[in-house]
Amino acid sequence: MHTLVVIRTYLKLGFLNMLQYRANFFFELLGVTTHLATAFIGLAVVFNQTEHLNGWSASEIVILVGIQTMIGGLLGTVIEPSFQQFMEHVRQGTLDFTLTKPADAQTMVSLQRVEGGAIAGIIAGIVTLFAGLSRQAEATGIGHALLFLLTLLSGVIIVYCFLLILTTFAFWFVKLDNILVIFGTSFGVAGSWPITIYPGWLKAGLTYIVPVAFAVTIPAQSLTGRLTAPWAIGTVVGAFGFIAVSRLFWRFGLRHYTGASA
Amino acid sequence: MRNPAITRRFTPREFLHFYAARFRIDLTTNIAYRGSVAIWLIGLILQPLVSLVVWTTVADSQGGSVSGFTTSEYAAYFIILMIVNNLTFTWVMYEFEYRIRTGFFSGILLRPVHPIHQDVTQNFSFKFLGLIGVLPAAVILALAFDAEFHASFLDVVVFVPALILAMALRFIIEWTLALLAFWITKTSAVFQLYSSVSLFLAGNIAPLWLYPDSVQAIASILPFRWMVFFPIEVMLGRLDLQDMLLGIGMQLLWLAIATGLLRLLWKRASARYSAVGA
Repeated sequence: MHTLVVIRTYLKLGFLNMLQYRANFFFELLGVTTHLATAFIGLAVVFNQTEHLNGWSASEIVILVGIQTMIGGLLGTVIEPSFQQFMEHVRQGTLDFTLTKPADAQTMVSLQRVEGGAIAGIIAGIVTLFAGLSRQAEATGIGHALLFLLTLLSGVIIVYCFLLILTTFAFWFVKLDNILVIFGTSFGVAGSWPITIYPGWLKAGLTYIVPVAFAVTIPAQSLTGRLTAPWAIGTVVGAFGFIAVSRLFWRFGLRHYTGASA
Repeated sequence: MRNPAITRRFTPREFLHFYAARFRIDLTTNIAYRGSVAIWLIGLILQPLVSLVVWTTVADSQGGSVSGFTTSEYAAYFIILMIVNNLTFTWVMYEFEYRIRTGFFSGILLRPVHPIHQDVTQNFSFKFLGLIGVLPAAVILALAFDAEFHASFLDVVVFVPALILAMALRFIIEWTLALLAFWITKTSAVFQLYSSVSLFLAGNIAPLWLYPDSVQAIASILPFRWMVFFPIEVMLGRLDLQDMLLGIGMQLLWLAIATGLLRLLWKRASARYSAVGA
């Protein structure tokens, strides 16, 4: 209960803070619209030459791009800016101020900054997702929709934990802000297509090293009726595993934090 | 107060000396930040790799060729694109906003050399380091995707000036565009629009021959085709001598226009500049 109050307060403060930069939202909206327009023209060129790409139709790829944009917006709104801020705190030794507060440090660190402009990505992603769904020949069943929500939630958890593990390394290596860029690049560039089209080594890398598959492809597969039972179960189990491992690693890392003048 | 010793023109010898020294400094700086260079390289390789996979998949599904080009030729296209992109990209557009906001320009403007020269050596040293990653990646991808190159000796000879002109053209155009930061505070939206348009019209998403004729015509009139796509086309052995000379002519024409624009804008921009607190 206490944690929920902390989460609510932090998010509320973050959003209030971001209201100072309202114009930024429109610039982000312009940016994400340009990005989506680029993606759609690219899709048009591809599907002008073929009906299916590795078994995926145009509207199914639109759904996938919608999910990618939505998750990208979600990460950009809270998780990425908070982790950037955390690394800055470790570098400057100001993490002390967070650690001395009587609440869970991981929760506070993960929610400490809100980048309101990135919400534009969430909105644009949802719109794109529904645009893709409406172009589907068959309506999406309730079963697929529920499975989608479950895998989407698991995917977001996996990515969050993955980024938490990466950021925790800041306790040892201090200057690490570039490391988040690796995920951002793989997610942004390779995530706009189903990873099943890539050669084996790249597919494995985007599944087990950088979990782009769990964040984008698997939710898209579940919504388009492609997800097999082992992968669905694996994704949910994987999410629980990631929660446990990242939490343990976070606490292990925290013990290595020595503060500014210690 | 103008100091005549500062405003006089440099002799070619002095310039050469300046370039050599700056290049050494910039190379050392980039080597110090090798981690960032490596991470930047991941993106530089991943983008064409993804397009390569998409288009070879499309070509395969259509029985091995699309628009008269085989799967192996698409592989060759995107591998050459990767190298040309590494040699022509700049990020000056993203630096100018920062430079103006932080007053970084105040110091630069006092130096007796036009600031563009410093950007040239910075850009060169980065591309040079980039090649260390990009060239092996190109060889590996060429083998993995069974790429087919059939450039004649003439194609290779013409490729060199076409590539150098493409580098110069893209650099000058993006530097000129970056000057907008002197007038507009939030330039990233403008730059993103430019990047998106150039993603298509320069041939990054798909080779230009896949677009409708009208789009190809627009790409040929605007500078985009001449900044990236043209040298690749030459290297793929797709053009006869007449088309190659015409292309070089277009590159020279756009280079002249862009340089004129740069001089004009720079004069106004530097006159307009005032540091925060001035």
